[in-house]
Amino acid sequence: MKINLGFEIAKSLLLARWKQTLVAAIGVTFSITMFITLLGFMNGLNELLDGLILNRTPHIRLFNEIKPSLDQPVNFHSDTIKEYNFIHSIKPNGGRLSIYNAIPIMSKLKSDKNVLGISPKLSAQVFYNVGETDLNGVINGINVVDEQKLFAFDTYVTEGNSNDLNIVPNSIILGKGAANKMLANIGDLIQVTTSKGERVKLKVIGFFQSGIQDIDKIQSYCSVETTQKLLGVTSNYITDIQIKLHDLTKAPELAKYYCELFDVEAIDIQTANSQFETGSSIRTLISYAVGITLLIVAGFGIYNILNMMIYEKMDSIAILKATGFSGKDVKKIFITIALSIGIFGGFFGLVFGFGLTSVIDQIPFNTAALPTIKTYPVSYNPFYYMIGGIFSIATTYLAGLFPARKASKIDPVIIIRGK
Amino acid sequence: MIVPSLEAKLIQKEFHDPVTIQVLKDINFKIDKGEFVSLTGKSGCGKSTLLYILSTMDTDYSGELFIDGISMKNKTENELARVRNEKIGFVFQFHYLLNEFSVLKNVMLPGLKLNKFSEQEIEHRAMEKLRILGIEKEALKLPNQLSGGQKQRVAIARSLINDPLILMGDEPTGNLDKKNSIVVFDIFKELAHSFKQTLLIVTHDQEFAANCDRIIEMEDGKIISA
Repeated sequence: MKINLGFEIAKSLLLARWKQTLVAAIGVTFSITMFITLLGFMNGLNELLDGLILNRTPHIRLFNEIKPSLDQPVNFHSDTIKEYNFIHSIKPNGGRLSIYNAIPIMSKLKSDKNVLGISPKLSAQVFYNVGETDLNGVINGINVVDEQKLFAFDTYVTEGNSNDLNIVPNSIILGKGAANKMLANIGDLIQVTTSKGERVKLKVIGFFQSGIQDIDKIQSYCSVETTQKLLGVTSNYITDIQIKLHDLTKAPELAKYYCELFDVEAIDIQTANSQFETGSSIRTLISYAVGITLLIVAGFGIYNILNMMIYEKMDSIAILKATGFSGKDVKKIFITIALSIGIFGGFFGLVFGFGLTSVIDQIPFNTAALPTIKTYPVSYNPFYYMIGGIFSIATTYLAGLFPARKASKIDPVIIIRGK
Repeated sequence: MIVPSLEAKLIQKEFHDPVTIQVLKDINFKIDKGEFVSLTGKSGCGKSTLLYILSTMDTDYSGELFIDGISMKNKTENELARVRNEKIGFVFQFHYLLNEFSVLKNVMLPGLKLNKFSEQEIEHRAMEKLRILGIEKEALKLPNQLSGGQKQRVAIARSLINDPLILMGDEPTGNLDKKNSIVVFDIFKELAHSFKQTLLIVTHDQEFAANCDRIIEMEDGKIISA
């Protein structure tokens, strides 16, 4: 049978019952629309929540930790194992927080092929002086250009220009929460007391709002140089090296490697934030489950309609077979019917799904916790459109397969004699 | 030697439900090219059952059936469909036209399935058949806009589209009034005489049968006179 002929017969059967066809196609369209919208919305939210933490978290962080020595003197005395040991521990001494050889480590990391970029950091404990009161605070010394590039720093600077940090001497980007308490505006001078008791005046050039209020009340940002000045340390004093990798999944392995290579503490993002991945994978699973359920329901609709069509068109099928169409031809015709419902329904489903997600994308969504978000977050990942398209065709094919088989097995003799 | 259009050798058939009944016993006959044969007998004598076996639609029988000298035993469903398409034309008591297609398209469908000629050629041939049957004016109408007699003529045109070796009819005039019956009979007669079309028509209309070239009469699953 020529393909064209099959198409033509399928088309006229479809158009003869165009209302039913339309209902079946709308079923598919609706489920694909909801599938796309649901996944887009769900994943938009996932990306937002993950981004909230993951964007700002280095894939690997190198730092020095103050901890007791692993080689406690008592251990050198192997005889003590069976005896009672009165020495509980030797407490850690003053130690130093800064990383040894920070500058050579950084230049070595910059040439590493796995590393996308690095950003040095040091933090200083301070008090913000507000009249008579002192507020606890932490000033992070950062390299603004690296932070912007690697950790989307600008996204969280709600007012002011973060680049001024490098231009204006002794400048500070103040946490929004802290600024509110201090009644500080851009351009104001604020006073902080360092842990060594020195009082320093800093100029406010911007506000920082992370969406996590406890952080905004405490954290502020200065340039690395300003912070080193606050602490009264030399220019090679760095407490943290933040590393962003090309491939996030390599983080645990590389963290271990750097730990040994540079003799520093190294923590990877998976260990530091394991709860986020669990959350997003479960949310994705739920939205797939709902979407696929919708499609299966639509598939049953198509199955019913095709079954009904076969009962109605029993005579036509019988005569087609009597005049020389084989069971295979009849099967092809009914599968063509099912697939065209699936393809048209699915196509419009994808279009409407895109439309609906775009509409959701425009709906205002303001929350104090998420200053950078103005509308509902949605994802336009083409992968979901692909899954939706494939699924609409697969379910309609399966829904059409059984009725088509039944139609192909109709015995024309029974129909024709029955009249 | 001239190969007969259709030859039945020792065809037997039994129905097994609810009890085994033999409906056809030792059917033997030949139909030569150009013959106009009617198959008659009382209701329930097995003539329709025989026709469906001869038309290859019913494959549950013993004995042998030759169409154009080729045995129909051991052919797959696809091959039998091909034989029906190419060599057998069918006219039923009910017209069985597809209401979704125009009259012309209905006639063309088996031709398009056979795919021996181009679409234009098939259309041309379909119009030719409709003209022979005097209904070329109705070509673009839908079947449900035609009268019963016209519909049956369209069904005849459809059965002729692939120039079948044999045209089979199952009570083709059974649903028609006297006037239309005569029209259809005259068409068959003309096909037989002017176009040398082989015809095998099942009927219980004695008058119809009497006017044919040859009568095969059946009783209780057996041929009593050929």
